[in-house]
Amino acid sequence: MSTDGTGGTEPGSALQVSVRVQREDLVLDVDFTVGPSEVVAVLGPNGAGKTTLLRTLAGLSTPSRGRILLHGQPLLDTERGIDCPPERRPVGYVFQNYRLFPHLSVRENVAFAARSSGIHRAQARRQAEHWLERFGLRTLAARRPGQLSGGQSQRVALARALAADPALLLLDEPMAALDARTKLEVRSELRRHLADFAGPTLVVTHDPLEALVMADRLLVIEGGRIVQAGQPADIARRPATEYVARLVGLNLYPGLQGLDGAIDLDGGGRLFATGAPADARDRPTTSERVLAALRPSAIALHTSRPENSSPRNLWEGRITGVELLLERVRIEISGSPSAIVDVTPAAVAELELAPGTRVWLSAKATEIDVYPDPAEPVANVGEEV
Amino acid sequence: MSRSTSTIGSPDRRLRAPVALALPALICLAVLALPLISLLVRTPWSDLAELLSDESARTALRLSLECAAAATGLSLLFGVPLAWMLAKTDFPGRQLVRALVTLPLVLPPVVSGLALLLAFGRRGVFGRYLDQWFGIQLPFTTAGVILAETFVAMPFLIVTVEGALRSADQDLEEAATTLRASRFTIFRRITLPLIGPSLIAGSVLCFGRALGEFGATITFAGNFSGTTQTMPLAVYDALETNPDAAIALSLVLLATAVVILTALHRRWLPAVGGGL
Repeated sequence: MSTDGTGGTEPGSALQVSVRVQREDLVLDVDFTVGPSEVVAVLGPNGAGKTTLLRTLAGLSTPSRGRILLHGQPLLDTERGIDCPPERRPVGYVFQNYRLFPHLSVRENVAFAARSSGIHRAQARRQAEHWLERFGLRTLAARRPGQLSGGQSQRVALARALAADPALLLLDEPMAALDARTKLEVRSELRRHLADFAGPTLVVTHDPLEALVMADRLLVIEGGRIVQAGQPADIARRPATEYVARLVGLNLYPGLQGLDGAIDLDGGGRLFATGAPADARDRPTTSERVLAALRPSAIALHTSRPENSSPRNLWEGRITGVELLLERVRIEISGSPSAIVDVTPAAVAELELAPGTRVWLSAKATEIDVYPDPAEPVANVGEEV
Repeated sequence: MSRSTSTIGSPDRRLRAPVALALPALICLAVLALPLISLLVRTPWSDLAELLSDESARTALRLSLECAAAATGLSLLFGVPLAWMLAKTDFPGRQLVRALVTLPLVLPPVVSGLALLLAFGRRGVFGRYLDQWFGIQLPFTTAGVILAETFVAMPFLIVTVEGALRSADQDLEEAATTLRASRFTIFRRITLPLIGPSLIAGSVLCFGRALGEFGATITFAGNFSGTTQTMPLAVYDALETNPDAAIALSLVLLATAVVILTALHRRWLPAVGGGL
């Protein structure tokens, strides 16, 4: 499986990864490339193998087989018996809880890598000074990590990693330890620093907003496999899995599309979409596996069956949840198919929408975006061309 | 070494002890406290200064401190690396090594002394070569005292430090690895500073045990004033000739023990300056 987006072809990519890691509860099996100075966000649910991937790249976990090339140099190649130890990999790692050395000052933390590689104390200090300056840490240089705020700790962790002059930068949930207000301040700053870094960068996150803001490209990992990769905007519009759909707030229905354009949904129910597989260059000759994405705001709710309604899709359901978002109300409905629907607070009051209420849902066929299901790799798309 | 959680100021109802438990507990306390109280009661306080300024007493005290310090130093130099090996690496026979390390903790010191004699005595298994090849004789010398004390006291340091190394923060060592640090650099710059408190605690325990060492010392090094007669041996000697001097010397050892205990206790309390 090749999943490169903007990363370019194999020779032009700065980082080439193809590894298989056996964990007790999971097999991580991924294959991807990252371009020079490209920032890739690794997105996925808990336990999907995101951190394992970073640890493998840094050499802290050992894969059962695989190959990691950084600027053409192998960090790992199980076939050729190459496994560069972590302390010799030019890889910077910002850990989730930063892991600053509590007994060393901020300055000594930042100078740590230089001192480790045998550079003289005075020179290591001068180098550290440069990074402290760049990260606005001059005034905190004498402090111990215990006296820093979350945002400051993150800056020190990043400065410490970059001071080691890595060729690849890894960040594991760099925002997870911060409170909501700090996150906002730190995010744009972090983005700026990542843009300054010349090498490829991987940022693990489970926050889609963070991924959208910071990354040039997304890599979605579920159950140890890459389920989707590409531009943030593309992924947000056409999620490949239920998990991604939930992240970006879309209704997503896998199903089988017949020649007439009607889609029989796996979970029960039927949807009509105009056009039909937008991606397929030629008309399908048989039924094919597709995904149908539907925005929550594109569904209308009715408390009784609408007479002579124009939308082609009309079905019945029962409200199971009502949640107030910023300017709209998100309604969860179980039916065939189940759906989330966004309405205005006024509509909720007017229609007296509450959990348990029976409603009719309608959606225009033009609002449904249909595309081939990537989980069904070969099928018949493109094969005959 | 139990770390009791203090419940001072707890609003919970205090437990009332039943007689069946309180009585044996009191007797136990008496057994522990009465001898020490008696030592204080019988101490010839007025002659104390004179007794302790006696030449042989001062020599024994100086020798004791020097030998115990040397034994602690040797234990740090050789014991800490062994503790690191036991805690961090996996090698065949590790369990056996650990058992060997802890054995002196429970072995009667006289047996330790005898074993040392058989190993390093002038006609011992190894001692004969030390003598023949290098002219080194350990038994009945000050070096012998240090060796005996090290043999008996080093396990206290190793066990304490190994426990600390085991629970030391792996995550920080991992972070150091990603910052180009070699195993030894990590040990020196991350691990050692982080286990500092345990290192001190282990050293104090080791020093205390070495200071009180009697059985192995007298068996392996003998009891010669000025070269091998440490405080405990001096106490034993004085008991026959000058009981008051024995009591005075014992008082010094008791005071030292109290100081060590206080030092340990302070170490075990939550770190004052947040140094960890």
